[in-house]
Amino acid sequence: MDLADTMKAVNHTFQDVSYQFKRLPGSSILLRYIKNSYQNDPIRSIVELCLLLFAVRYLLAPRYSTKQKPVDLTEREIDELVEEWTPEPLVSPLTELEALEEERRPIITGPTGPKVKLLNSGRTVTNMASMNYYNLINNDLVKERAVQILRNYGVGACGPPNFYGTQDVHMDTEKEIARFLGVPAVIVYAQSFSTISSVIPAFSKRGDIIVADRACNFAIQRGIQISRSIIRWYNHNDMEDLERVLAQVQREQKRKPLTRRFIVTEGLFETTGTISDLPKLVELKLKYKYRLILDETHSFGILGRTGRGLTEHQNVDPSNVEMLVGSLAHTLCAGGGFCAGSNEVVEHQRISSGSYVFSAALPAMLSVAAAECLKLIEGNPDLLLTLRDYTKTMRSQLERSEHIIVTSAPENPRILFTVKGYEHDERVMAEVVDEALTAGVLISRAKKVADSSKEWQYGPEVVMVTPSVGHTKKDLEAAGSVIRKAVGKVMSRRK
Amino acid sequence: MSPASLTTSASSAININPRKRSPSTSRTAAKLAQFFSTSPKAAGALSAAVQEQNSSRLSPSTLSLPTISLSTATADTISETSSKTTMLFSPPSAEQSRKLARQHAQFAPLSHPTHRYVSQHPKGVPVSDPVEDDPPYYYLLTTYISYLILIVFGHVRDFFGKIFREKNYKHLKEQNGYAPLNSDFDNFYVRRLKVRINDCFARPITGVPGRYITLLDRKSDDHNVSFKFTGTQTESLNMSSYNYLGFAQSEGPCADAVEETLRKYGSSSAGARSDAGSLDLHVDVEKLIANFVGKPASMIFSMGYATNATAFSAFVSKGCLVISDELNHASIRYGVRLSGAVISMFKHNDMKDLERLLREQIAAGQPRSHRPWKKILVVVEGLYSMEGTMCNLPELIALKKKYKFNLFVDEAHSIGALGPRGRGVCDYFGIDPSEVDILMGTLTKSFGANGGYIAAEKHIIEKLRSTHAGNVFGEAIAPGSLAQISVALRLISGDIVPGQGEERLQRLAFNSRYLRLGLKRLGFIIYGQDDSPIIPLLLYNPAKMPAFSHEMLKRKIAVVIVGYPATPLVTSRARFCVSAAHNKEDLDRLLEACDEIGDILQLKFSSGIAGGAYPLPSGVTQEMYEEMQKRDRKALIPPRWPLAEVIKRGVHDTQLPLR
Ligand SMILES: Cc1ncc(COP(=O)(O)O)c(C=O)c1O
Repeated sequence: MDLADTMKAVNHTFQDVSYQFKRLPGSSILLRYIKNSYQNDPIRSIVELCLLLFAVRYLLAPRYSTKQKPVDLTEREIDELVEEWTPEPLVSPLTELEALEEERRPIITGPTGPKVKLLNSGRTVTNMASMNYYNLINNDLVKERAVQILRNYGVGACGPPNFYGTQDVHMDTEKEIARFLGVPAVIVYAQSFSTISSVIPAFSKRGDIIVADRACNFAIQRGIQISRSIIRWYNHNDMEDLERVLAQVQREQKRKPLTRRFIVTEGLFETTGTISDLPKLVELKLKYKYRLILDETHSFGILGRTGRGLTEHQNVDPSNVEMLVGSLAHTLCAGGGFCAGSNEVVEHQRISSGSYVFSAALPAMLSVAAAECLKLIEGNPDLLLTLRDYTKTMRSQLERSEHIIVTSAPENPRILFTVKGYEHDERVMAEVVDEALTAGVLISRAKKVADSSKEWQYGPEVVMVTPSVGHTKKDLEAAGSVIRKAVGKVMSRRK
Repeated sequence: MSPASLTTSASSAININPRKRSPSTSRTAAKLAQFFSTSPKAAGALSAAVQEQNSSRLSPSTLSLPTISLSTATADTISETSSKTTMLFSPPSAEQSRKLARQHAQFAPLSHPTHRYVSQHPKGVPVSDPVEDDPPYYYLLTTYISYLILIVFGHVRDFFGKIFREKNYKHLKEQNGYAPLNSDFDNFYVRRLKVRINDCFARPITGVPGRYITLLDRKSDDHNVSFKFTGTQTESLNMSSYNYLGFAQSEGPCADAVEETLRKYGSSSAGARSDAGSLDLHVDVEKLIANFVGKPASMIFSMGYATNATAFSAFVSKGCLVISDELNHASIRYGVRLSGAVISMFKHNDMKDLERLLREQIAAGQPRSHRPWKKILVVVEGLYSMEGTMCNLPELIALKKKYKFNLFVDEAHSIGALGPRGRGVCDYFGIDPSEVDILMGTLTKSFGANGGYIAAEKHIIEKLRSTHAGNVFGEAIAPGSLAQISVALRLISGDIVPGQGEERLQRLAFNSRYLRLGLKRLGFIIYGQDDSPIIPLLLYNPAKMPAFSHEMLKRKIAVVIVGYPATPLVTSRARFCVSAAHNKEDLDRLLEACDEIGDILQLKFSSGIAGGAYPLPSGVTQEMYEEMQKRDRKALIPPRWPLAEVIKRGVHDTQLPLR
């Protein structure tokens, strides 16, 4: 082949290519672009070409992977590593305190109530560790209704609410609570504990902002953790600190697109027993445009003239609380939890709240028992008055001891106290509980669970004492004296 | 199915229940075999309850004989036969008929003693993965196109909606300084796709979710955005509840015990287990469960979801690795994420992939530091609720021995539902439960109660008492539920009413196999292992989901349909949950309905690789057939049996290895 031939062939190919190129859609635009950009400036074109090449290389480059690359080892080596690897035991051995509490764990034989019989010792003791504030456990009317529902619905719903698990009685209970609270809608969950852990992540997603009280309970902490939102804490019940945090977030987020913002707090705090300042919270949330998630697990049925909770107690319209979470298992002595709010808030949860969507519905009889107990509380204002009176009595009984510091709010029948000088010694609390039980009063220590997030180790170690309207004044006085002596005894051992 | 054959097959049933029955009822043809009779005391309570209902709106359907029927045989024909037969004997009082009808609406009488099977993996046979059939490409293509059309259409509607009907979109926009609760993007699926099938979703019911389920009829005037109750009810065949062993009953030994417990203990124990919420009942049931699953100790909680949600923090933490099946339940994912451990996933049920991952991870160690992992926890489910597949336990145990990881098995669906003694996957595969570290399960399903449990070695359970948040902060499970669980467990193990538990287990196993085989023979694509009571029927096309559900409802059958995001985009399905409360007639009714609907909606597109084959020609053995198939792929004939043939041969073939 001589040169001419080669030239001809090259020419041919070139023509071909350019013809094909012209046929491509958009090719003329590209050509025009190149011509325009050339502008008699070859350097410029070279720079552009480099940029183009870089872009292509960047796009083609293997993705930077956050996963670690598997180490290049031979199968033999891996086998050896496998051979060598010894895992830690699945759980660590019991600590001394855990072993003690395991041994002394109170088990009630027969029904629970103001007085209970213990399985191990066979003794009857005064029970001041249950949430049976209004003694609704032993109410015959509630029992009768529960039996009637059992005989029509069986026990379990055998399916999640969205898969034929919603029974008419669930809808009735939802309506009943909504009416009681004066809110548009309510959704009932099958367990109180996990309700708020599921409500928070249903609304607050990655990139959203949560501002929460440092003393928030375990379930709230877990809900926040799973939501992957931006989280800011404010000092417990410190409204100035809250405002400072809100202002700071406002500054930080100024240029960023608007995301959902939530303030999360409790009505009566589980860990400290203290009460929130709702009017101030509402004022701040309106000022900074946050939504409020309020956990009323321990205040629903307790606070307020008729037991409607913190909103009633502090004269705040419940419509100011976007998500009001409460319990049917605590004060109402039935089972399950609920979240009250607008129709939009409730309907959203029905399709996107984990523990509602992926868990079986509440047994019908518990749902009805809850509604029935609610009616009882509403119809008997005396119950609330008695409980308040008892709470006062019990508190003053406890405060007579110089060692006892009551941390809970005066309105809170779940009285929490700690021991002066030993605020962070769980062992002391355990011993107080044990001494009191020996003397015939069952009380309990508010336990904490270690978890993966370091955030949560708030507040002093506390002992919980709960009076019930089923007790008599005498019971309370006797129990008060027993607890004071128990504390004294434990303290004398430490000296 | 003719009424006559119903009567004959049913009357030959054997009564295995040694408890007393009144002779007049036992002879009543329509009532035939009354298996789970109630005690006289319960009957008294019941009649009181029934009387009371006359004035209230509680389950008015119990006032008449079941309105449920095959599409050929109507309720009237059944009552006709019954009146004819009973003429010879003293006719049953209206009261008795009501009672019996009610019982049978919750738990069907067994129509023939041969309708039983023992749920067990054949010894020595390696576990093979169930074959997953694929539909012809045509169906996949149209499915994708359907979604495309739905999405494009949705966007077009949104585009114009946002211009012309601004009000309807207000909640998706920023409003005086608040970001919308629902982001426009996240809400698109709900707004444009889910709303279309809202009426097949979250249908409210009343009464017991047993063999039949009573739906509260509702209608929508605004294209499924909201519903109004019409005030009427439809009693439908229940193919949707997780009522595997049929313990959803408002009478019988369970309900009697629950009533007694409710009267004695009230509704609750008023507190967390670790405060003063532990009753003797809790401890008793924990022992029963431990015995039942074959572990030294157990612990129970008031919700299955929460059992998982806070369990993993008690086992693993930073520096540990959790290897989880990709299809694990939401509660497991939630719990694992909370624990702070590193998470990897392996392909659903793919043991090779799991082994690859284990080798890779043990060799690599922790990220960055490359220190060896502190612990490795492999988490699987016994029976997967959307697929109907079981975990490959024998292989997992073999891997566990080799790689020394800890194994967590969630038996939410498998406990009670699998195994010759109903004790879950270990029982099914004949594996010693001590080989599995943690056996978790729920009490919502097979036992008809609520709650969850964890069973393990004693020292683990003791540790959990202070490290499992569900025990420390969660309310204790209610006494009524405990009574239900306790009696259900003792019934299954034969401690009370011997024979009844066994019957339930074997009926469930028979029903599962019978229905699965029948559906495969009709030509549907069915997922899952043969013995699994969860039977997904693949629909693919999104438009077929509501169509299938509506057609079923027209025939008074309540089914669950699931689509994206609960399943992969293309594999939308209907899911049947078989129960011991069904009998063969119920399943035949379902088969007939499926047959008709399958023709209408063109759902019969199985290729035959997953079973349902035609009978072998005489003289050809299974081995020869397989040999033949290997040689010649075309030997595979897509099964499209006629319904009559399916029903005729079903009972016999259910007992053989399914093919
Ligand atoms: C595998 C698995 N685990 C846990 C659960 C939750 O159980 P429960 O309904 O008792 O909350 C389910 C329920 O669907 C499940 O399928």
